[in-house]
Amino acid sequence: MEDYEMMCGIEIHQQLDTRKLHCSCETTLHDEGRGNVFRKLRPTVSETGEIDRAALAQHKRQMSFRYQSCDSACLVDFDEEPPQPLNEDALDTTLTFSAMLKADIIDEIHTMRKIVIDGSNSGGFQRTSLVSTGGEVDVNGRKISILSVCLEEDAARKIETKGNEVTYRLDRLGFPLIEVATGPDMRTPEEVMEVAMRIGSLLRATKMVKRGIGTIREDLNISIPGGARIEIKGVQELRLLPDFVRNEINRQKMLLRIKGILEERNVTPVSTEPLDVTEVFKDCPSKIISGALKSKGAIMAIKLPGFAGLLNGDSGKLRLGSEMAQYAMTHGVKGIFHSDELPNYGIGQEYVDALKNYLGMNGEFDAFAICAAPKKTAISAITAAAERANAALKGVPEETRDPLPDGISRYSRPLPGAARMYPETDVPPTIITDEKLAEIMEYMPEFPEEIEKRLIAEYKINEQQAHQLIRENNNELFEKLAAEYGDLSQIVAATLTNTYNELDREGVPVSDITDDAMLAIFGMLHENKFAKEALPEIMREVAKGTEPSKVPSKLGLESMDSSEAAGIIASIVKEREEFVRDKGMAAIGPLMGPVMGALRGKVDGKEANRLLTEEISKLIG
Amino acid sequence: MSYTESLSKLLASADASEGCKLSVKTGGRTYTGLMMPRHDMSAPDTLVLKLDSGFNIGVRMRSDASIEVLEKPVKAVEKTEVPTFKKGLKKLVLLGTGGTIASRIDHRTGRVEPVMSGSEILNLIPEISDVANIESKSLFSVYSDNMSPEHWQKIAVAVAEEINSGADGVLISHGTDTMGYTAAALSFMLYNVPKPVVLVGAQRSSDRPSTDAAGNLIAGARFCVDGNKAGVFVVMHETIGDDLFAVHSGTRVRKMHSSRRDAFRSMNVPLVARIDRDGKIEHLSECRPVSDRKIKADTKMEENCLLLYCFPGMKPESFEDAVMNSKGVVLAGTGLGHVNESMIPLIRKATEAGIPVVMTTQCLEGTVNLNVYNAGREILAAGAIPAEDMLPETALVKLMWILGNYPADATESIMNVSFAGETSDRRVL
Repeated sequence: MEDYEMMCGIEIHQQLDTRKLHCSCETTLHDEGRGNVFRKLRPTVSETGEIDRAALAQHKRQMSFRYQSCDSACLVDFDEEPPQPLNEDALDTTLTFSAMLKADIIDEIHTMRKIVIDGSNSGGFQRTSLVSTGGEVDVNGRKISILSVCLEEDAARKIETKGNEVTYRLDRLGFPLIEVATGPDMRTPEEVMEVAMRIGSLLRATKMVKRGIGTIREDLNISIPGGARIEIKGVQELRLLPDFVRNEINRQKMLLRIKGILEERNVTPVSTEPLDVTEVFKDCPSKIISGALKSKGAIMAIKLPGFAGLLNGDSGKLRLGSEMAQYAMTHGVKGIFHSDELPNYGIGQEYVDALKNYLGMNGEFDAFAICAAPKKTAISAITAAAERANAALKGVPEETRDPLPDGISRYSRPLPGAARMYPETDVPPTIITDEKLAEIMEYMPEFPEEIEKRLIAEYKINEQQAHQLIRENNNELFEKLAAEYGDLSQIVAATLTNTYNELDREGVPVSDITDDAMLAIFGMLHENKFAKEALPEIMREVAKGTEPSKVPSKLGLESMDSSEAAGIIASIVKEREEFVRDKGMAAIGPLMGPVMGALRGKVDGKEANRLLTEEISKLIG
Repeated sequence: MSYTESLSKLLASADASEGCKLSVKTGGRTYTGLMMPRHDMSAPDTLVLKLDSGFNIGVRMRSDASIEVLEKPVKAVEKTEVPTFKKGLKKLVLLGTGGTIASRIDHRTGRVEPVMSGSEILNLIPEISDVANIESKSLFSVYSDNMSPEHWQKIAVAVAEEINSGADGVLISHGTDTMGYTAAALSFMLYNVPKPVVLVGAQRSSDRPSTDAAGNLIAGARFCVDGNKAGVFVVMHETIGDDLFAVHSGTRVRKMHSSRRDAFRSMNVPLVARIDRDGKIEHLSECRPVSDRKIKADTKMEENCLLLYCFPGMKPESFEDAVMNSKGVVLAGTGLGHVNESMIPLIRKATEAGIPVVMTTQCLEGTVNLNVYNAGREILAAGAIPAEDMLPETALVKLMWILGNYPADATESIMNVSFAGETSDRRVL
């Protein structure tokens, strides 16, 4: 067996810029939804007569759903009309992408229904078609296998959750997605990101993908030796991928350590029957406790003999309590309290002692957890926490987890069993003929490395810039700008690489600047409306939402004509006359700083240099 | 279409059949999966496999193809739980006839068939056992486009039997395409039925998480239990949401959309009732209350009747043979009940030969009135019977039933007597 610290595979979901996959709606998102249609979804029975555990978990929560309409939703999205055959542009793009991965394209594509009953698909299933298998990508000299490329529907957008009712907007439902699944071939957190970037640039090379936040999402499948497969679903920020991987490795290692300690202590599974301890807390000043009791709730407890110091111990390195709380939270509570964190939160030592006494707990490693909520909710929440505690005896439970903004993840639901799929009988199979394949091969897009070579040759930019433009998904914008303003191509390249990143680091929302705004900005630069030195300042202002054409005057950055600039330069030279006479033409270098400062970006650097040279040579004759 | 000869031979020589796990080699690739039935729209040289991942794919079997059977199919065990009846609940009978509501995909073969028995449908809706004790019986398994007067008769006889043996109500699961016709037929055959008889269907099959079958069945059962209304009804979604259900009169209901959940509408009359998702019933029109009488089904039908849709330029010679060889004709006329004047002599010829001609309107909403225009008066003079605001389909079914049960000279007078609320002399806003 290969020696490794971790195994990771990724699934990338990329939205395509076509019409919807199974209807003729546009793929646009809308800020407002209209109306709401109430629906229920029911778990259905599988081939073996069983109901999927993830589906059952959903149904147990008695969820119901509301669907909002909008201009890009139709009867198909409402599950009120049968779907149309696969969108041809979306299919062609998927075939092209498969060919780029040298994958085996399926001869006849059959659309399937994958059961999903969290409401995100109005029909209770996602339509998905396997298009190719057995592809590969080369990343830094390592071959990463591509298990499958599928063409599937995106889900509806979750708008809000109120109790057991979730509201979705149907705008995003049905957007075509290419789903690429790699083998579990990645061995380091950094490699995960490199592979994701490579696949992303291949997808973009088709020129048929959507761009911007939320248009590409990654699922990570991570395990470490002795751990278990964890799926982190829906990461949107590529640069956080290594953090998610690292944090998950650490979490699994932590859980394995806890397992070891529990084994050493000979801990056996705890009872998952909660005990009503409301009486112990009836006068407790804690806001959460008294709040729950005021609204006729109850305090339910579980005994955790052997778990002391593992819920939150070793200076916060062992955190089973937080894992248990995440399970409890899926039952509709805000959290739980456990003995490793008490006294705290308004629960004094006297209550801790009283509870221990009440529960008859006095062993060295005895621990407990409590939950304050309406009785039924508290029971189901604390029971889930107890079940999670017992799972710690076995190590790492398989889970689907939600990514959080800071690179960590939170328990979401059990890992679904093998996908429940059956044929979408309303969509006829699509036969991929040899003629079709020949056509796809004939119109293969440029690969990223080909684009790179061409950018260098055509626009005279350097290799590093070309590479970065492609990697950061700015090459199309670059070409748009450079095609329009060829004389500025090097400035464009520098702006889209260095300036973009500098502004991004400052926290300027660079991605809010539209392509059209960039075209307008470079149009003004082309007409010398301002000097290129002013670009960062101009972009900062445009990112705030100011109309590009109004920015130079608003910031007082309009270009100065040469005579005005020459006047300012002359006065600077005059002020330093002695220095200039002393240094001669060598004074140009040291004087460029003060000159550019005085001109405040209103004159191009080259022009300023020319004027300064002229002024100095005038002075020294 | 079927497989190509060479693929058929290859399958036969490998002894491969649907459900077998196969290893298939062709064109340098190998796939392993369960053999699925041929899709009607698959290429004839293509074999459909279900991979372990659950995906189906079509593999074109090139000249180098080989097939190896890895495993023979495992027969799935059918699991049906016997319902346990609760004390104090009313007894309903669910008669299964097929349709989308009884449709499910065969996970092994991938085919969708209306084969679910009533008890299988009930198994998917465990909460319905809190509403009533429901016994299920299957009459047949057909899509409703294949329903015929013979099927209507069998259903009517079965309903009468169940009610006479003590059922508090009868639910009939039925395909939606011709549910309106069946509802009308049962309304006449069982016109003095003392209990609720409710047809329910689904626009989304019962094997889909989003099926409307469950909501419609539960609402139908609640209406039977708490509605205190006797007659033949259709219960389906009132809106596209799963929160409101409409109870329609069996003679006034029409499918008005090809796919929406709320396809069914009451024409020319208000709903009988509306039921919300919590089971609250809002009564909207008067009906007979339930009683304990016995009932006999009058099931005789004259099947040789026609329903003709009138259109501009309609030529009598195209229809003469059909009309003169029938026992009765319903015309779906334009507007107030018109047809172009060249058709009028054919109407006269038919009525003079003792073939009743009934005029309805293809507007569906509103009544026929042959007194307003000259054309109407001529149609009336030619012997046509105006059917007031009766739906064309209901008029056809009623004509079949009158001709089957009453003397020929009574047709005109009985046509406009309302047996089951199929017509009325007032329409309100």
